[in-house]
Amino acid sequence: MPKGVEHKRPIEPLLWLLFSAGGVLAALFVPVLLFLFGLAFPLGWLPAPSHSHMLALFGHPITRIVLFVLCVLSLFFWAHRFRYTLYDGLQIKHLNEVINVLCYGGAIVGSIVAGYILWQVPH
Amino acid sequence: MNQQPNYTEHHPRWYRTRVSTYWWLEKPAYFLFILRELSSVFVAWFVVFLLMLVAAVTGGAESYRQFLAWAARPGVVALNVVSLLFVLLHTITWFNLAPQAMAVRFRGKRVPGIWIAGSNYAAWVIVSGVVLWLIVQ
Amino acid sequence: MPDRISLQVLRYRPEQEAEPTVQEFEVPCHKDWVVLDGLNYIKDRLDGSLTYRWSCRMGICGSCGMTVNGEPKLTCATFLSEYAPGPVQVAPLRNFPIIRDLVIEMGDFMRKLPEVKPWIIRKEEKPLAEGEYLQTPEQLDDYKQFSMCINCMLCYAACPVVGLDSHFLGPAAIALAQRYNLDSRDQGAAERLEVLSQHEGIWGCTFVGECTKVCPKNVDPAGAIQRYKLKATIEWLKSFFMPRGAR
Repeated sequence: MPKGVEHKRPIEPLLWLLFSAGGVLAALFVPVLLFLFGLAFPLGWLPAPSHSHMLALFGHPITRIVLFVLCVLSLFFWAHRFRYTLYDGLQIKHLNEVINVLCYGGAIVGSIVAGYILWQVPH
Repeated sequence: MNQQPNYTEHHPRWYRTRVSTYWWLEKPAYFLFILRELSSVFVAWFVVFLLMLVAAVTGGAESYRQFLAWAARPGVVALNVVSLLFVLLHTITWFNLAPQAMAVRFRGKRVPGIWIAGSNYAAWVIVSGVVLWLIVQ
Repeated sequence: MPDRISLQVLRYRPEQEAEPTVQEFEVPCHKDWVVLDGLNYIKDRLDGSLTYRWSCRMGICGSCGMTVNGEPKLTCATFLSEYAPGPVQVAPLRNFPIIRDLVIEMGDFMRKLPEVKPWIIRKEEKPLAEGEYLQTPEQLDDYKQFSMCINCMLCYAACPVVGLDSHFLGPAAIALAQRYNLDSRDQGAAERLEVLSQHEGIWGCTFVGECTKVCPKNVDPAGAIQRYKLKATIEWLKSFFMPRGAR
């Protein structure tokens, strides 16, 4: 950051950037992953991959980077949309600050947890 | 006779309506919008579910087996079915709105919207294929 | 097709009632009659006190926008026969205060519009002797769609955010700002960005998309706003990575 944060530099572009990137990644990755691990494997439609295969897959640095980025951006995508849904859907804009802390704070905490869990995979 | 009319910003005789809390039930398009927005909640649930899976795999073969057994419980399956429907709604609405949100130019000409949406869907097919190939043995 | 149709018109006469009421009229339903013709029939033959705005009856002036069966419509371009056998509900546009009957108060929009500076801004006007500013057909195409706006306010009536947040600039004003930003003769994009990148500018929009659907001139305000978000974000990123002079 060469010039530092300017006084009136808005935060919205950053939040929107995270939201859009998260929206794209979630749209691309989540349906297939949720279908496999949420339905196909537990219900036996497809044979579940062996533990050693999953361990090798999650242990690979690229997988972990992709999953970390997917988790972080998806959480910010959630935070941004859910914030506006609470604002407009329930008309509780006066609780602005509480909602912001709940949504974006939740995304930050979730990102840290995601980083920790993914780091814990033996590699 | 020559009295100036008294214009005020909040004219007492203007009738003002307030937007209902349930405005999103007033039109099908609004309702679809709110469903689209709520899809984000299920994306967040997916992140939780994914991290539980990763933690289970880290925990060893037995905890991975337990995770799959837990994921097969009716309540969890039901939640994931609903989540999948919402996530698909997200994917479809996101790709369909993409041409409106960006104007791509190629050799000075605006690329038709169907190409932008189409390339998004193509990317979706490729990503899904690669993920399937990596995971399914 | 029945030769008559019932119009349920919202009436609000502030000198005699505190709340709007619905009054029903029977009007002829000719094949070529629009809702506005029905209202004119009422005013001419049935009740001269009915108050509404109209002028050109051909989708140019943008003054006859009303809510027809719940949807914002130009009443001059909405055929009565589409709603046969009726009844047809006619109400003022939503999200605006009602002055009388079907007439809304749009001063709020009139105050917001100049904030986005919807005119061509030049850093320096070139001397008259150098002639006009030339534009290629491609350059015209860049902004032409957004220049078709007739300020009919249908998009404001369709937008839930306008109703929920009175500070939101709204679809038409932002689309008009974009019309000038995309004009090759204009140099005022940075000035407009100041206004539009506030929370009440583009960031208030949640892309419901209804403004575009109801627009009688195919302006696509929703698209304009989303593209503006992208542009504002790129400018924001540039401010980090590029020295001041290069911007």
